[in-house]
Amino acid sequence: MLTETLTNNHNEHEEHHDGSTNSVFGFWIYILSDCVLFATLFAGYTVLHNNIYGGPSAKELFSMPFVLTETFILLTSSFTYGLAMLASHKKNKSQVLLWLFITFLLGLSFVGMEIHEFSTLIEEGNSFSRSAFLSSFFTLVGTHGLHVTSGLIWMVSLMAQVMKHGVITKTQTKLACLSLFWHFLDIVWIFVFTIVYLMGAI
Amino acid sequence: MSNATDTQYGGSAHGTTKSYIIGFILSIILTVIPYYLVVNHILASEMSYIVISVFAILQLLVQLVFFLHLGGESKPHWNLIAFVFTLFIIGILVTGSLWIMYNLNYNMVER
Repeated sequence: MLTETLTNNHNEHEEHHDGSTNSVFGFWIYILSDCVLFATLFAGYTVLHNNIYGGPSAKELFSMPFVLTETFILLTSSFTYGLAMLASHKKNKSQVLLWLFITFLLGLSFVGMEIHEFSTLIEEGNSFSRSAFLSSFFTLVGTHGLHVTSGLIWMVSLMAQVMKHGVITKTQTKLACLSLFWHFLDIVWIFVFTIVYLMGAI
Repeated sequence: MSNATDTQYGGSAHGTTKSYIIGFILSIILTVIPYYLVVNHILASEMSYIVISVFAILQLLVQLVFFLHLGGESKPHWNLIAFVFTLFIIGILVTGSLWIMYNLNYNMVER
């Protein structure tokens, strides 16, 4: 309680040149560099996706309804994170926690589905060593999955921090950073969905 | 007091419940239409590639505007400037890679 008032007072004085604005902008720059990373992986996939080395192609491999479900889950989680952000602006602790928890569950089921997809592919002998197409596929989609996983770990730690400290400026800044990260992962997935799955199914 | 701390993050605007709902509905629509077109083979394959790409770009814009609130920020628009610069880099990177690799492929592989 005391720390909360202190931080708030502190923030009132330094509101226009405070650190929180800079940290969110700095995080945005990191997101943009991550975009470049994904761009290289997409370029790699686009170059290699026809080199199937006698193995299965994208068309034979992927189940479209499964992928559509994954997409809906991720889109919905992006939306529920937005609702958590709105609650964070209103300093509504219980709503922030509720929406974060729902986002977390959605994210977790997305990662679960992806692990299921990967393990089925590997069981059928179509692992990343099967062909250049599958190597680039696993690298691209796996990197996205790792990002989502680290976002989930971060979300758990943020939920703990909000539970402990409440919605103060410090947690609001962190929530804003994770919101950029989460929406960014959603955008990357849209391109995975379009370039890997939809274009693979044509 | 709460008004003072409630201000903006990264100089950017934050949305309202309405803007998030609109963004969500639009993104669902922009996912379902290309999915439907591809799964039911409605279009010829070359046309499909173009139409799907257009939908992906529309989806990108919807997410940038409604979820990331890009462009709604105050004063010097640093978020937007950095983003446009990144798009420029990505453009060079992706078109450059594809251009080089397809030429290599064309020149090296018998077909």
